[in-house]
Amino acid sequence: MTETTKNPRRDFLKRIALTGGGLMLGFKWDSAFAEMPRVFDAADPAIVPAFNSYLSIASDGTVQIFSPNPELGQNIMTSFAQIVAEELDADWTKVKVSQAPLDTDKFQRQLTGGSGAIPHSYMRLRKAGASARYLLLNAAAKQWNVTPDTCTAENGEIIHKPSGKKLPYGELATAASDITLPDDVPLKDRKDFKLIGKPIRNLKNKDIITGKPMYGLDFYREGMVYAMVQRPPAFGTKIKSIDAAAAKASPGIIDVVQFQENVAVIGQSTWQVMKAKKLLNVSYETSGTLESSADHDAIFTDLMENGKVQVQRKDGDVEAAFAKAAKRIKSEYQCPFLPHSPLEPMNFFAHVQDGKAELVGPTQTPQSARQAVSKLLNIPQENITVDITRLGGGFGRRLKYDYVLEAAELSQLIKKPVKVIWSREDDMTGGSYRPAVRYRFEAALDASGNMTAFTLRGVGMNAGNCTRPGNFPVGSVENLLIESIDQKSEITTGAWRAPITNFLAFAEQTFLDEVAEAAGKDPVQFRLELLERAKTNPVGKLGYEPDRMEEVIREVAERSGWGKKPGVSQGFSVYFSHASYVAQVCEVEKKDGQPVVKKVYAVSDCGQVINSSGASQMVKGGIVDGMGHAMYGKLSFDAGRPEQNNFNNYRLIRMKEIPDVDVFFLDNGKEPTGLGEPALPPTGGAVANAIYKATGQRLRQQPFADHPLFAEG
Amino acid sequence: MAVFQIMVNGAKQKVEVSEDTPLLWVLRDHLNLPGTKFGCGIGQCGACTVHVNGNPVRSCSYPIASVKDRPVTTIEGLSENGDHPLQLAWDEVDVPQCGYCQAGQIMTAAALLKRNPHPTQDEVENALNANICRCGSYHRIREAVLEASKK
Repeated sequence: MTETTKNPRRDFLKRIALTGGGLMLGFKWDSAFAEMPRVFDAADPAIVPAFNSYLSIASDGTVQIFSPNPELGQNIMTSFAQIVAEELDADWTKVKVSQAPLDTDKFQRQLTGGSGAIPHSYMRLRKAGASARYLLLNAAAKQWNVTPDTCTAENGEIIHKPSGKKLPYGELATAASDITLPDDVPLKDRKDFKLIGKPIRNLKNKDIITGKPMYGLDFYREGMVYAMVQRPPAFGTKIKSIDAAAAKASPGIIDVVQFQENVAVIGQSTWQVMKAKKLLNVSYETSGTLESSADHDAIFTDLMENGKVQVQRKDGDVEAAFAKAAKRIKSEYQCPFLPHSPLEPMNFFAHVQDGKAELVGPTQTPQSARQAVSKLLNIPQENITVDITRLGGGFGRRLKYDYVLEAAELSQLIKKPVKVIWSREDDMTGGSYRPAVRYRFEAALDASGNMTAFTLRGVGMNAGNCTRPGNFPVGSVENLLIESIDQKSEITTGAWRAPITNFLAFAEQTFLDEVAEAAGKDPVQFRLELLERAKTNPVGKLGYEPDRMEEVIREVAERSGWGKKPGVSQGFSVYFSHASYVAQVCEVEKKDGQPVVKKVYAVSDCGQVINSSGASQMVKGGIVDGMGHAMYGKLSFDAGRPEQNNFNNYRLIRMKEIPDVDVFFLDNGKEPTGLGEPALPPTGGAVANAIYKATGQRLRQQPFADHPLFAEG
Repeated sequence: MAVFQIMVNGAKQKVEVSEDTPLLWVLRDHLNLPGTKFGCGIGQCGACTVHVNGNPVRSCSYPIASVKDRPVTTIEGLSENGDHPLQLAWDEVDVPQCGYCQAGQIMTAAALLKRNPHPTQDEVENALNANICRCGSYHRIREAVLEASKK
């Protein structure tokens, strides 16, 4: 069922009585407008399937909320519950949250990616909570035969103020089903928030810290078999021949089957399958180009001069401006491919039988996964269910559904319920990487040090448009040209936390640091001057709000004591992504001749903060992630084969390497924007700029650890 | 295949597996104790950390045949009601993000506190540096261990 009309008043929210009492509010997520609900009077259980069983209040007072978006550590389950409970004035100790299965009839945007869940859902969730509160309060007033305005809601109870009478929500829930909802239910003023913006602990903490099964890898079904898949070891190769005799003869092995370019070993336990997979003797032949990292470097160099350019933005006349320039600054930056490395390797359960499919596991995009399985197996989507387990990290990797297809196809082939498990090596060498990209920036300065022209040309491997043509410094420079070149590669790529900006921000913020230096200006002051232009007389259309960017810059300069700490090497960076603004100042010290990142100050504007504990950790984690990958992350290739395959040769940041992080939110009450990604992009630039201050060395290539600065002494 | 009798979380267990089967997969596949996680399979990430005879071991690389009569403790058996000081501190400090590495982090920290009840920050970092948290919750892991050590 799909909403075809955009009528904002249409059936936004409906509610029915639960069998056995209580109140259930159905909530339509596929409405384009977060408008107030209109009442649907019939308490008819038949309507339930058409509406989202989104919020229910049981007779014992338990408030149950279903969270449609996959949870991978962004704390969405707790945040969603907080928003509803805030407007509902619920007793937080009675709020429970569960992961909803895939349901495209009920939910819209049931995915985790793009830092978009909170912006999408914020007003919808508040209105659902407020509507439930209205129903409960009016049910109490009716029961007491008093006017609703003499009643108030607090901590899971309706209170009649004059008499002091109280009724808990559970006792009112059934009666609340008979109350008619008006067209408009008022929402709270943010000054009255008791939950939103507060440091509420993750509702799943207890399950996590006691080891409850909740991840895809933990899912078990009686009768299921285990499978591991050998994929081509190098990009650009295919199967030539298979000798599976030894693997098949290995204990516990049920079968070895080929599908696509894969060989699956199926057995009775994970370890038996792991062992048998090593006994497979598959030879491969070349089917495409066998690319090496050195080839990529040469391709970048060639394409930067001769590639087919896509103009992404053009303002003014850069050539004329460069011809008149007093100074020209030009630099190139490069980043390698990166695997996502979520700690839970890819896995999925599938049971295909009788023209139906049951899928269970960790996915950021259950809907795309189901569509793809439907297409592959020729099973209608309505015959496929997808249950979403908690994700042991995602970082964009689980936006791909290759591993879901593997499980589904295998289950159909072997006619058994099967769990496909990837090893770490499979995970790291299995593709869908952050693309390798090279950027070239050039800037023109006039005699007074004003930036009169700015160009960016990006070349990426399967990166699509590797630029962001609406972002700063766009709007602040009279003459500007942004171009991209996409090079097809055998090496598969995909979204990696803060796609493109995870590296573009580093390159751009490091380059602006170089330009500021050439202009003889303080890097912070230099940006503020540019923003002044973007604010007062913008060049073309902007994708960001210059005044919000200015505010985070001023705040981080203040908090970090920018420029006022003699002897401390500070680096500055600011970036806008996923509709949020994050400015950072990094401090670096030298120890035994090597730069050490000691501290990062971060000031964020993501509008209204939902959960200050989760939000603070999201920024810290983003900075740790951004710094870790800028410092150490590298996946290189030799003849199509990834040269790193596990954490012994692919380095992730560890506890001893993290800097202190000072987190501050402007928390200005504006509509909430994304936070899962925005703190990551600015970090690489802040770190590189601080290292420059400390050492005089510009880091233009990631990983930084490859720079001679970090050579073992 | 051989029959092994091991003691896990205070209970006697009997499994029939090959002697090179890592303890991790015995726990997960055979004893229905999936709280111990598979992360890398080569002892590099620490997600699979359990205690054998009170010492932290990487169960992904610890064959069942080596367990013998030494008692095994997993995250499920760290405390009766999830109220080990570290578990309480983990909740109080609100450590978990995706949560996948946390059982291994807690088990590593529990072994540390057993032999060194009041570690310095450096000692905490030394003990936990071999445990990867891909979400980057290191600040809070460190804070929670130090918090728990005060109790």
